[in-house]
Amino acid sequence: MSDEITGNEPGQEVARSDGSTKELRPGEWPPADVEHHLRRTDTDPKAQARAVRQVATMFMLSAIMVVLFIVAFIAIPRDAVVSIPFIGPISALNSAMGLTFGLAIFLIGAGAVHWAKKLMSNVEVVQERHPMKSTEDETELAADIYEVGKEQSTWAKFPIIRRTMLAAMALVPIPFIVSLRDLWIQPADVETPSLELRRTIWEPGMRLVTDITYQPIKADEIPTGGLVNAVPENLLEVQEDEENLNARAKAAVIVVRMLPEEIQSQQSPDGEDWGYNGILCFSKICTHVGCPIALYQQRTHLLLCPCHQSTFDLSDSAEVVFGPAYRRMPQLPIEVDDEGYLVAVSDFPEPVGPSFWEISRP
Amino acid sequence: MSTEQISGFEKKGASAATYVDERVHSNSWLSRNLNKVFPDHWSFMLGEIALYSFVVVLLSGVYLTLFYKPSVVEVIYDGPYIPLKGVTISEAYDSALAISFEVRGGLLMRQIHHWSALFFVVAIAVHMFRVFFTGAFRKPRELNWVVGMTLALMALAAGFTGYSLPDDLLSGTGLRIIEGIILAIPVIGTWLSFFVFGGEFPGVDIISRLYGIHILLVPGIIVALITVHLMMVWTQKHTQFPGPGRTDKNVVGYPLMPVYMAKAGGFFFLIFGLITIIAGIVQINPIWIFGPYTPDQVSAGTQPDWYIGWLDGALRLMPSVEWIIFGYTISLNVFIPTVVLPGLLVTAAIIYPWLEAWATGDKKEHHVLDRPRNAPTRTALGVMAITFYVVLWIGGGNDIIAVGFDLSINFMIWFLRFALIILPALAFIITKRICLSLQRRDREKLLHGRETGRILRLPTGEFIEVHEPVNSEEKALLESKPDTKPLPEPPETDSAGVRNPKYKSGRRAAGLSRFLYRDTIEKPTEAEMHHGEQAVEAEDEFEAPLLEREEAMHIAHDGSVLAKPAVDAPESATDTEDGGSDQS
Repeated sequence: MSDEITGNEPGQEVARSDGSTKELRPGEWPPADVEHHLRRTDTDPKAQARAVRQVATMFMLSAIMVVLFIVAFIAIPRDAVVSIPFIGPISALNSAMGLTFGLAIFLIGAGAVHWAKKLMSNVEVVQERHPMKSTEDETELAADIYEVGKEQSTWAKFPIIRRTMLAAMALVPIPFIVSLRDLWIQPADVETPSLELRRTIWEPGMRLVTDITYQPIKADEIPTGGLVNAVPENLLEVQEDEENLNARAKAAVIVVRMLPEEIQSQQSPDGEDWGYNGILCFSKICTHVGCPIALYQQRTHLLLCPCHQSTFDLSDSAEVVFGPAYRRMPQLPIEVDDEGYLVAVSDFPEPVGPSFWEISRP
Repeated sequence: MSTEQISGFEKKGASAATYVDERVHSNSWLSRNLNKVFPDHWSFMLGEIALYSFVVVLLSGVYLTLFYKPSVVEVIYDGPYIPLKGVTISEAYDSALAISFEVRGGLLMRQIHHWSALFFVVAIAVHMFRVFFTGAFRKPRELNWVVGMTLALMALAAGFTGYSLPDDLLSGTGLRIIEGIILAIPVIGTWLSFFVFGGEFPGVDIISRLYGIHILLVPGIIVALITVHLMMVWTQKHTQFPGPGRTDKNVVGYPLMPVYMAKAGGFFFLIFGLITIIAGIVQINPIWIFGPYTPDQVSAGTQPDWYIGWLDGALRLMPSVEWIIFGYTISLNVFIPTVVLPGLLVTAAIIYPWLEAWATGDKKEHHVLDRPRNAPTRTALGVMAITFYVVLWIGGGNDIIAVGFDLSINFMIWFLRFALIILPALAFIITKRICLSLQRRDREKLLHGRETGRILRLPTGEFIEVHEPVNSEEKALLESKPDTKPLPEPPETDSAGVRNPKYKSGRRAAGLSRFLYRDTIEKPTEAEMHHGEQAVEAEDEFEAPLLEREEAMHIAHDGSVLAKPAVDAPESATDTEDGGSDQS
């Protein structure tokens, strides 16, 4: 790049600090003015021969490792397990391939570095630096060239061209940005994202079912102090229909049962019972940043988020008692149907999941 | 090598060089660059580690693209991993499991990819520490500092997008948190989140979108920036640590051909080999254990990769604050720790070189590095930032620490909230004190030489310790300390009484300058040095008769320990010497 030709004049001599002089060959830098330590390989031919052998052996071993890798690849079955001290049982195939391939690569590096350290020149040399700043002449020439070009371009002469071009350049990225609009293809029935976020698939009379076996939940089957993970009865149909997990990400709930006298408050505005016989239902999606919550301490009725430790008191309207969350966990009003199964009274009165800009707008 | 010794191999090389040269003028470039000098220091290998592990990331990543399918179409798992048999999972997770269990070498490549990505980020971080603490970001390298910062951010982006691709429970939980963070951005958050995820979370688009970003956009930017980074290093030549004969106008070290070709080239293989061996025997990110992602499941002890951990910690430590202004909600409890805080920190880091240049008023080029102790305030600021980061990082694992040490999680959080403010301040003060003490010791050494531990009793009964002058190498190192003076207060008016238009900014620069450079132990002056040398000579004179006697009696010095006296030495003399050797 900007470096000057480094070849020295043939026969040029440089003075050393000890008073001696050294004749430089073309392409050779002058040695630095520091003490030069001789290595054993510099003085002892035997040590040198040994170093040469060591380097060559490493390169040779690398080649052998490649052969061993191929043997391992063919011979070791995929499911064989080997136990390595301190690490435990691991895949035999994976570790054999890793060791052979890794050593094959490593030995090339070890050989090269050993070669450099033992056998290549270890004389520190000096190269001059040049300031990054260009010389006055260069700068002036560049400015002159720019001026000539500017004049020839008529850039300054016709301001109308200049202005219209800048305006056009400023506008031309807009089509690309506009095209990004359909990163979300807005369904016809969805007005804004915030309305979509407010709504879940819970509706009046919808049964609660367990989240893995999808069995309806009888109120009597929940013991006091128990916790059941639940989802709406029609969740699988909706998932099939929408081909995504969006409904699950909002509708998941937990059902807990405590003694009715332990319930201090509920989220119902006029004090009516949104539960049934001490059975309460809350959203499972944390109001902080949306982790599903399932750590429940039955004695204190505290619900703890495993991601960021927000803590909610389920016996007191699921209000935040600790941690970074601000909003309480929304409560789902429930009752039992004629057959004694838990059903929702309505959708969540409060939005579930993390807060967003428009969440408190009607 | 003289002409008659040229081998056939070299002849072919020369004719190949000619062939290329006649087409692209390459020999001219080679003549200027083939023997370019690079200085030697272990810390200069940190950037190399980053570069090489990135190459390993690229190689293993290309392999993984041959097998991975970025699709969330649901399939029933029917592979060799028994616990998941029959479970409905996404095609992405299915292909990641196939890479791990069915493709021979697949698991190895997956683990090489993950390990080298970790190496990449760690090496970048430590490399940046080296650059910061030695002042390598000073003129002319400020622009390269910015390129490096951008590279570090891109490395985080690459790490996070890659972390999300296997679609296991852990990666999906990470995405859920990202959605919460995007939702917390004022005004545009809700819409932005819908654009990112193609609608509501999790949707079906995010995996394939992240895939494109992870394998094309981010690595493309990284490759481009690395190219710029290295071209600048090449043009500016590498910085060097202070030492004998090293100035801002030269570079002392070994030439590229042959020493650095072998050392740096060999080092690539060492790094690649080491990562491969680790990937062979140390398991990382066992996605099959976590299970497939579903938005209503989570495992306790959820942890991001280490470089995202500090942001997770910030999320945990932030108190619960949410404002409602004109009916609109601003989730400060999410927005501040994950958007505002990192934004401020990155901005501060990026502008630091200019701040320091402004406070020194210095327009010179710097190619000789600072020893961290010689820039005590800068070093203290760096250690303060690292401490702040570490507290947040610990916060990111507070649940695991609380369980491991049987602590209350509430106590942990309150402790860390206070620690986040107190510990960095303490770290600043302590680091600065340590730097200044080291400076004091350096000054002592320059003035009086090295303490030998040899105590002399003078005829007058006085005890003195003998000093030895430091060797030339150390002396050059000690003398490299720049005595930067704080900028003076600018004059309020010039001599004609006209108000100085730059008075205000000048005062601010002077204030910052005082903060940075006020505390320093000044290097000894010429006169003081001379005085110190004389003192050392005087001690030598006192000690000379003793040394003569030792020599006469064939007592050899071996370092600071007096060797056993020769057998023929008089008995009484031996006693004396034994007494002396107690103090050596």
